[in-house]
Amino acid sequence: MAILDVNKLSISFGGLHAVDGFTVSIEKGELYGLIGPNGAGKTTVFNLLTGVYKPTEGIVRLDGQDITGKNTIEINRAGIARTFQNIRLFKDMPVLDNVKTGFHNRYRYSTLTGILRLPRMHQVENTLNERSMEILKVFGLDKEADVLAGNLPYGKQRKLEIARALATEPKLLLLDEPAAGMNPNETSELMDTIRFVRDHFDMTILLIEHDMKLVSGICEKLSVLNFGRLLAQGETAEVLSNPEVIAAYLGQ
Amino acid sequence: MSFLTYLKDGISLGSVYAIIALGYTMVYGIAKMLNFAHGDVIMVGAYVVLMMITRAGLHPLLAVLIAMAACTVLGMTIEMVAYRPLRKAGSPLAVLITAIGVSYLLQNIALLMFGADGKTFINVVSLPSLSLFDGGLVISGTTIVTILANIIIMICLTLFVKKTKQGRAMQAVSEDRDAAQLMGINVNGTISLTFAIGSALAAIAGVLLCSAYPVVTPYTGAMPGIKAFVAAVFGGIGSIPGAMLGGILLGVIEILGRAYISSQVADAIVFGVLIIVLLVKPSGLFGKNVQEKV
Repeated sequence: MAILDVNKLSISFGGLHAVDGFTVSIEKGELYGLIGPNGAGKTTVFNLLTGVYKPTEGIVRLDGQDITGKNTIEINRAGIARTFQNIRLFKDMPVLDNVKTGFHNRYRYSTLTGILRLPRMHQVENTLNERSMEILKVFGLDKEADVLAGNLPYGKQRKLEIARALATEPKLLLLDEPAAGMNPNETSELMDTIRFVRDHFDMTILLIEHDMKLVSGICEKLSVLNFGRLLAQGETAEVLSNPEVIAAYLGQ
Repeated sequence: MSFLTYLKDGISLGSVYAIIALGYTMVYGIAKMLNFAHGDVIMVGAYVVLMMITRAGLHPLLAVLIAMAACTVLGMTIEMVAYRPLRKAGSPLAVLITAIGVSYLLQNIALLMFGADGKTFINVVSLPSLSLFDGGLVISGTTIVTILANIIIMICLTLFVKKTKQGRAMQAVSEDRDAAQLMGINVNGTISLTFAIGSALAAIAGVLLCSAYPVVTPYTGAMPGIKAFVAAVFGGIGSIPGAMLGGILLGVIEILGRAYISSQVADAIVFGVLIIVLLVKPSGLFGKNVQEKV
């Protein structure tokens, strides 16, 4: 069964159909790409999937559960996590605390427990520290656990953002232009990281990307958006050789 | 010796300012708004304690706990009813003006209930005073409790913000509300918690203030509220250690100014400090320099 099943998802802002009838089905463990020219509505799709925008039409199912129109917190709990096009880490917080923030909904203790510093708080915080360090180790960030996130080099900030998203224990991970602003070396390292995340965490990943090398290198399937509509969909090689897709990218 | 006495009084008054300033600074840091009704929550706290002791005959400590609970509920209610609906729709100005409105509302409710006359406050601190230098410096029990309370509150609050899940949520909301929400953090709940903590502290500040200056009127909270706001800006608004240092410095400046310059211009000196700070270091002592992105 598909992890993500989207049917005729649409949203209009005033008269503008930013996304119009977007349909996609992503299987568990798939690495799926969403591409399209600037302003095609890719990030809007992400905002619809994560509950930032409410769709005007359409249905979104995550692992069989209808999550259409739910708010960001409910969707986070249901199991969708994301990273951002322009990195949005909590820059003034240490690297470790950024990941711990990701676990926010997975471990609970009451505010009073926190204020009174009861044993339960220490117990949960210790578990959080251990689990967060495990994730940081996977990304090779464990040595920088106490560094402020804003002081990390760019490539590591990207990794930390993925680590923080994984801490929410998602079923589906959305990456918004993970290679933006990276040089070819960093990009190829990122490709390894994404593949590794998929294999190590048994994760399903949907990513938006402009870097065709990355897209053709790691995505198994693609959807192409143009002016909010689906232009093509299918196996990566097939889609990329589609004349309409080429035309849309070259602007003909 | 008189200098030491003034200094002690300054630190004591400043500790009260610091506790009030924490409420301002936390709400500003997390909800990005100035809650000008914060000072009046102090007044409510003081009245509740007074009523609980004189009318209900409760033990002072119990009365303080009830006042903290009452102010917590009051703070959360104010946030929910007056500020939350404006957060999404309105400009920051709308919230600011509403806060001033809430401030007048609280003052006038108190006026209606208790009248304009000052009510004598009962000192809730039953600690003996401490005599140093052969009686050259006498530190009252109230002063000792005030300073200790300030230190304890500061430590607990710093630990809470830095080392707990709820505290991390506060920091996250303060930095990037939308990203925090996408990590599954309840932004409204976190802001509400901030008001709850700030208001509980305001109750403590009310008790301490009125124990040192034992009269309560409906306007008791107004001036200390404004001065605590100055202290928060002085220390760098949004910063917890900034509120502490700003509060104490301001208290010391006020008392020394009153003693050595003129008691009439003491308040002018306090606000003069604000103007100088804003001119020299607009972000305050511990504030971060925010660079405008072009």
